[in-house]
Amino acid sequence: MELLVNGARHQVDASPDRTLLTVLRDELDLTGTKYGCGEGQCGACTVLIAGLPARACQTRAAAINGKAITTIEGLAKNGRLHPLQEAFLDQQAMQCGYCTPGMILSGVALLAKTANPSREEIIGAMQGNVCRCGTYPRIIAAIEAAGRRMKGAAA
Amino acid sequence: MTFEPERYELTAKPLHAFESNWEPDRRDFFKNLGGGIVVAVLLSNSARAQESGGGRGGRGFRQPPAPQEVGAWLHIDTNGGVTAFTGKGEVGQNARTSLSMAVAEELGAPLSSVELVMGDTDRTPFDFGTVGSRTTPDMVPQLRRAAAAARQALIEVAAAKWSVPASELQAENGVVTDGKQSAAFGELARDQQIYKRVASESGVRPATQWTVMGKSTPKVNGRAIVTGQHQYTFDMRLPGMLYGRVLRPETFGAILASLDASTAKQMAGVSVVRDGDFAGVTAPTTSAAASALAALRAEWKNTPQTSARTLFTDIKEPVSASPAIDKALAEAHHKLQRTYPVAYIAHTPLEPRAALARWDGDKLTVWTGTQRPFGVRTELAQAFRIPEENVRVIMPDTGSGYGGKHTGDAALEAARLAKSAGQPVKVTWTRQEEFTWAYFRPAGVIDVRSAVDSKGKLTAWEFHNFNSGNSGMNTYYDVANKRVEFHNTKSPLRQGSYRGLAATANHFAREAHMSELAAQAGIDPFEFRMKNLSDARLKAVLQAAADKFGWGKKHAAAGMGFGIAAGFEKGGYVATCAEVSVQPGREPRILRLTEAFECGAIVNPGHLHTQVEGAMIMGLGGALFEAIDFADGKILNPHLARYRVPRFRDVPPQIDVVLVDRKDLPSAGAGETPIVGVAPAIAGAIHMATGEWRRSLPMMVLSAGGSAQSGGAAF
Repeated sequence: MELLVNGARHQVDASPDRTLLTVLRDELDLTGTKYGCGEGQCGACTVLIAGLPARACQTRAAAINGKAITTIEGLAKNGRLHPLQEAFLDQQAMQCGYCTPGMILSGVALLAKTANPSREEIIGAMQGNVCRCGTYPRIIAAIEAAGRRMKGAAA
Repeated sequence: MTFEPERYELTAKPLHAFESNWEPDRRDFFKNLGGGIVVAVLLSNSARAQESGGGRGGRGFRQPPAPQEVGAWLHIDTNGGVTAFTGKGEVGQNARTSLSMAVAEELGAPLSSVELVMGDTDRTPFDFGTVGSRTTPDMVPQLRRAAAAARQALIEVAAAKWSVPASELQAENGVVTDGKQSAAFGELARDQQIYKRVASESGVRPATQWTVMGKSTPKVNGRAIVTGQHQYTFDMRLPGMLYGRVLRPETFGAILASLDASTAKQMAGVSVVRDGDFAGVTAPTTSAAASALAALRAEWKNTPQTSARTLFTDIKEPVSASPAIDKALAEAHHKLQRTYPVAYIAHTPLEPRAALARWDGDKLTVWTGTQRPFGVRTELAQAFRIPEENVRVIMPDTGSGYGGKHTGDAALEAARLAKSAGQPVKVTWTRQEEFTWAYFRPAGVIDVRSAVDSKGKLTAWEFHNFNSGNSGMNTYYDVANKRVEFHNTKSPLRQGSYRGLAATANHFAREAHMSELAAQAGIDPFEFRMKNLSDARLKAVLQAAADKFGWGKKHAAAGMGFGIAAGFEKGGYVATCAEVSVQPGREPRILRLTEAFECGAIVNPGHLHTQVEGAMIMGLGGALFEAIDFADGKILNPHLARYRVPRFRDVPPQIDVVLVDRKDLPSAGAGETPIVGVAPAIAGAIHMATGEWRRSLPMMVLSAGGSAQSGGAAF
């Protein structure tokens, strides 16, 4: 079957038992999407499917039906980081960094839906993403900063 | 400084012992670094013996020194690139950044020109491990010395070239200059083969003159992290690589009685390996490996195992009488005797254990996320009965550890499977494996007896820790009559290091006890601590935290409470204040945490701040709801859905961090100690809010068969 990932079309082997996570990682070598729990509980494998956040470990590749997939590798455009990637750097919103791709994609999905989200909206949207290093306050600050920047750019 | 590992700092026992044997072979251990300028730092214990041979310029770089003599290397290549070699690793504590800063500072080189090779047993000097908060106190000074010596060597080259006195030259920003002429480091390193050895006596810049260190500096490889380009072990791939899975016993201690692998062996590309009690599969994809593993039919012979129900009696043992303490208690104005049970908890690093192994003949290379690459090399050499020179272990920057990745379990498994497959094999643990077959922070029981006189001074202190470890166990409060003992009892579960080791448990017991004793004596818990402390650094952080928090400035409303705790461990001084709201039938809400931390001269204030903040948030889990439940040799909650970790909603709305910078003192590590004050501060706050003392970790009541559930009314 064909997958549309980060704007490129790929032929992949999608036998029914394969999750999007293993297809992305093992076949397309897009390892920015992380395995953290395999149960949809940690958010490390978050990708965007047609702009909406999805847990790649809980998504069968065969069920995607041609929708566009965005992974962390596809977020920067022509070497220019997404405002939320910039904000993660500005706020130093990472320690070991393993949760970071999933955090950023969950945050990007939130910002696409809700410009300038409140702290409570951020917590609600990000509750399914775990950072074991405890960088949550920085991630909240990064999403707030990116929200302000994106709203400023749009105005 | 010699590092004395505490009991659990070392390792849990290896998971596997293989029966097979291979012939040993030898090879050269080191690779040549090339030309330029090389400086090796001799460890202080070997410095004297090496002094006569050290410090020479010239063409010395032929045979690098034996690894145990040298703490770190530094190499300036002919393009001006600077590479420092250290056996320490990056597990999210931002050592790659702080160590790069140390080199840039003393060398006078731009930070961007500095590269760090870390945790590679073939390329970096021996290192005990990234443990015990030792990276900053041990490796920062070593790299500073190496860089300072390299800077001097560059200046001497320029001085000779220009025929000017070295004292008139300066090295800054990658260039040596005398004000009239200048030369870049790479130009000076060209055509040189300078090899210097430095000992601990070499001079470095005092903290008051730092220009790179002491300033907030972002993570040097941050861009690779936010773009998903950084490859953790979990992400690595080699040509022809297979995916390995290991058959896990039904219960702890089970013996593999029989194995029927006939179905699995018929699957395309699948191989099955059996070696004693070890069995595993290799397959061309992750999913094929999972299918093959599921197709194995095993019978296990189980042995009796204990359960969490009886844990706190199982790990206790009788203690001899303490007549002196008894006497002090009998005479005391106030006395208190309490017991503090502490559950096993799981480190839950977000990157589970992973390893990629490749055999080239009888030489083995393993990439693995471990805090002790040299320890894992030894484990591998022993397991396969080959010389250590035949084993290379490389630690990529790893998806955290918190003391949980000291062993080489996944490395042994990948290497064993790769040996049979004749191809590289990657083993990545599932979350469930991580929750079951890794090791835990030790559970423990802590018994405390204490007494105070009519003036509020401590007169007796007796503290017995059963099983959880001795880190941070001694009290820093002034008390003449004390007995503090660790009882090394038998743990039913595999256990090992943790962030702060046993200091989390010992600080909880001591500080919660101090608060309860203060309440009994009718003294404010902050005043009670200050009254019984002499240590100026500890008093300073207590005062700093209390000032920032506004301790004593306002009264708690109904259902609200404040708590305070202090601590000292691994060279760091900490004080924590908590503000908590408890509504009947609801979880306690941590409204505010304030922490003051002092660890000498601050290397990177921004990262120190995030490290303290992160430790506080991690500490909330162990304080309130993290607990491993087990029965009959099985973990009952080996899933994130059943083992609650702190999430966004658990973060207190207000966290204040006060960093006390002591430029007059050597820098200590900060990855562990900031965690220890959180639980006891919350215990004090819960008491003020409810009148009740919570003396167990975790403090929230656990639901049947598992840890506290997200959103549950568990209090």
